[in-house]
Amino acid sequence: MEKGASHSMTPSELKIDKTPDGALLTLAGEWRLGNAIPSPDGLLAGLGAAEKGQRLAFESGKLQGWDSGLLVFLAKLFDICRRNGVTVDGSGLPAGVRKLIDLASPEKQRSGVTHGGEHPSFLVRVADTALAQVKGGREVLAFIGEATLAFYKMLRGKADFRRMDLIVTIQETGAQALPIVTLISLLVGMILAFIASIQLKMFGAQIYVADVVGIGIVRVMGAIMTGIIMSGRTGAAFAAQLGTMQVNEEIDALETLGFSPVEFLVLPRMLALMLMMPLLCVYSDLMGVLGGMVVGVGMLDLGVMEYVHESKAALNLTHLLVGLFHSFVFGILVAVAGCLRGLQCERSASAVGYAATSAVVTGIVCIVVATALITLSCQVLGI
Amino acid sequence: MNMPAEESRSGKDAVIEVRGLEMSYGSFVLMRDLNFTINRGDIFIIMGGSGCGKSTLLKMLVGLKRPARGEILYDGVSYWESEPEVQERLKRRFGILFQSGALWSSMTLAENVALPLEQYTTLPPGQIRELVSFKLSLVGLGGFEDFYPSEISGGMKKRAGLARAMALDPDLLFFDEPSAGLDPISARLLDDLIIELSESLGTTVVVVTHELASIFAIGTNSVFLDPDVKTMTGAGDPKRLLKESPDPKVINFLTRGEGAQQR
Repeated sequence: MEKGASHSMTPSELKIDKTPDGALLTLAGEWRLGNAIPSPDGLLAGLGAAEKGQRLAFESGKLQGWDSGLLVFLAKLFDICRRNGVTVDGSGLPAGVRKLIDLASPEKQRSGVTHGGEHPSFLVRVADTALAQVKGGREVLAFIGEATLAFYKMLRGKADFRRMDLIVTIQETGAQALPIVTLISLLVGMILAFIASIQLKMFGAQIYVADVVGIGIVRVMGAIMTGIIMSGRTGAAFAAQLGTMQVNEEIDALETLGFSPVEFLVLPRMLALMLMMPLLCVYSDLMGVLGGMVVGVGMLDLGVMEYVHESKAALNLTHLLVGLFHSFVFGILVAVAGCLRGLQCERSASAVGYAATSAVVTGIVCIVVATALITLSCQVLGI
Repeated sequence: MNMPAEESRSGKDAVIEVRGLEMSYGSFVLMRDLNFTINRGDIFIIMGGSGCGKSTLLKMLVGLKRPARGEILYDGVSYWESEPEVQERLKRRFGILFQSGALWSSMTLAENVALPLEQYTTLPPGQIRELVSFKLSLVGLGGFEDFYPSEISGGMKKRAGLARAMALDPDLLFFDEPSAGLDPISARLLDDLIIELSESLGTTVVVVTHELASIFAIGTNSVFLDPDVKTMTGAGDPKRLLKESPDPKVINFLTRGEGAQQR
């Protein structure tokens, strides 16, 4: 059917005649979508033919054309007839129409198909959501438990994983992350220095920019920036890798051979990040301080040695250790979030995308919450 | 290694018994009241239309999915009621070829086949390498040891998956739609390979498929799953089922729908 064809279409015509044993429906004109097609509701009732045992016949000699419009009309009509016990005699319809209506008849559909049944009530949905949350929480706990057991097994030298996987993951999460860590850390150091300098300049205390940048970067910002970079870079990659393995049945293959996916796949990834995150963090600290120095020397007329000296005076080992502790925790969190979402992945391409997104979101939320907890603990402990 | 072959010649005895099995997704029951026996040396076909739960049944047979009800016995031992150690031992007897091969994509073909050997045997590396080459040659992939799964075709992946499934000389081999996505010649070659394995090693083979040619060429026993009545409606040698089954749906399936028109 062409668009705008309705201008030249013959209107659909419908005539109902009473016959001794029921009714005869005469169809004429063009029964096409876009043409006005009458509704089948109440059509038979008006004639008194919608009673059990009656017969409905058709006459379609003057039918000039038809498409799905006629089919939908007839399907509805047949359904009404079926419900009222009216026998349908389709022999007066074109053969093509008869065949297609027959294909779509309820008897040809698979029986007993229900997709969740009726629309659940509000309370049921609330309860379902709550139960799903509980189930999700249990899965997370179970996963953390399994990962902990796997780690313990590894410490005793009994865990099954390929050393090669560990080395490759270390390379991917370590050396290959250096460029982006360099860029982000340098810029964050510069931004911190710039913001601090605006305030400090008012008191002529520009030299303290080194303190602000040094302590800020080394104590938390370096760790947070590497954590967020790694969550977006590596956490997402882990989730996508494991998710794709789930889709390809690779994880099933491991399980049937008696390998634990947590030991075989999660452990090397977790180890790699636990080892690499602190190293990246130290590198990020250096870059951040360097960025601060660029601003200090370039815009605030501080000397290089002066800046270095002030940074040295401001920093101590505690700051560095607090920062390293952050990054160690973030390493575990990013790996766990990535691997958990990957293993939870369902078996479709869109599920892999969802797993990757979810891994990043989970990772970043965990990093922020963990930072808050660690900072609070340090405050209380006076570190 | 020769054990299964010796046993198979001693006559027909049950390797897998399925009793009162029920499969469901949530509250939706897929199949119920499945009862059948797979004998040693059988090439057992699980057949039925698309979406009737064949692959789910296979997952249950290999211990990947827990049945909603009923039990599965291997030589009289119930899988799901066993201790984890017994389950591990049972699993070691299985070799599984997944639908897409399911090769581990980060490893070469040789590493894929070698992994189960390294895990479960104490063979020296040199011997493992020889074994791996031999298994790959068995499926016509000699010389492809150092290829990664992404570098070979779909049919080759499937054959490599078979080499991995056979790595530990399992006495039970499971195939999930082995000929899906293969050209007719490759599918035929795979069928021949399945028969060879079954005959020469005495391996019991369970195949999920709806390829009629394969069903008649290799099957010695079968079940037919009917999603409408949610249970099995036929069991036995597919060739005999074709002649003797009273169920028009089974005949219909085995004759590509021509049976119903004759009736």
